[in-house]
Amino acid sequence: MTDHDHDHDHRHAEVSEDAPPGYYEIMETAIRELLVEKGMFGADEIRRQIEVLDSRTPALGAQVVARAWVDPAFRARLLANGRAACEELGISFYDDTQLIVLENTETVHNLIVCTLCSCYPRPVLGLPPDWYKLKPYRARAVSEPRAVLAEFGTRIPDDVEIRVSDSTAMVRYLVLPRRPAGTDHCSEAQLAALVTRDAMIGVVSVTLDAGGVRQ
Amino acid sequence: MRGGAVMSVGPSSTIVLALDEAPVFHPGETVRISTRHPVGHYRVPFYLRGKVGVVESVIEPKAVDNEEESFGRNAGSRRHYYRLAFPMTELWPGYAGSPRDGLRIEVFETWLERV
Repeated sequence: MTDHDHDHDHRHAEVSEDAPPGYYEIMETAIRELLVEKGMFGADEIRRQIEVLDSRTPALGAQVVARAWVDPAFRARLLANGRAACEELGISFYDDTQLIVLENTETVHNLIVCTLCSCYPRPVLGLPPDWYKLKPYRARAVSEPRAVLAEFGTRIPDDVEIRVSDSTAMVRYLVLPRRPAGTDHCSEAQLAALVTRDAMIGVVSVTLDAGGVRQ
Repeated sequence: MRGGAVMSVGPSSTIVLALDEAPVFHPGETVRISTRHPVGHYRVPFYLRGKVGVVESVIEPKAVDNEEESFGRNAGSRRHYYRLAFPMTELWPGYAGSPRDGLRIEVFETWLERV
């Protein structure tokens, strides 16, 4: 949604990119053009990969979580091999990574981070939020996770273990949040609507007001 | 097959595994992350260097060693890759949270030392 639900009877600034490109932008362009020039890949392959990334959103992860909540056999397969269970639902792993699904319980709360860069379960959640890639989150999630969680409004009792998983290379993580109480009547689709991106990163819990249950 | 060199498959035969074919470490073993600072692209965060943790599992299948891959050396070669567990109190002196809190992380075998 934009705030442009009106007739365009006034002038808008031209949509353009005026700022000079930064150092890394120039480097990316140079390397990309070199690789295309050398025939390593073509413009079509770049466009296709952008389409692949655009097709992945947290809605996929939410479907995985909801299925795990309603189907104990699927949940067991998901915890045993996250990637294979996602592939059962047609979610492909185009980037040769494995997926470990971390189940939140009464005694363990999981939080995921990538301190080195921005490793993230993109095949199943899409692009990470900006804060996930910024140094304050990356540094603090491993050293003071409880303070970080509190800033997201999440308070975990001291007798619950906080387990931080730091992605480094070939493994990605997805948090399987706890199913909120009072959702026995919900359909799988209604459950999926409750599951937010942040809950699958582990910075918040799933609550009834997150997605709004329509009854 | 502890030690990984010889695996017994029957009363009279043994199969000798190639070097690096079997993982060197096993779940439950205590390991230390080496303190090295080589130049290049490494997937071990600095805060782990010299820290002692426990092997939680061996990641299967072996993973492409992107520490070498990033320089085009031995491209596509795979290494054993371990999920390790560390108490937060081991990583951060004066950790403010519960002593139960912990970290899980994957590290390539080349960074692990026997304690």
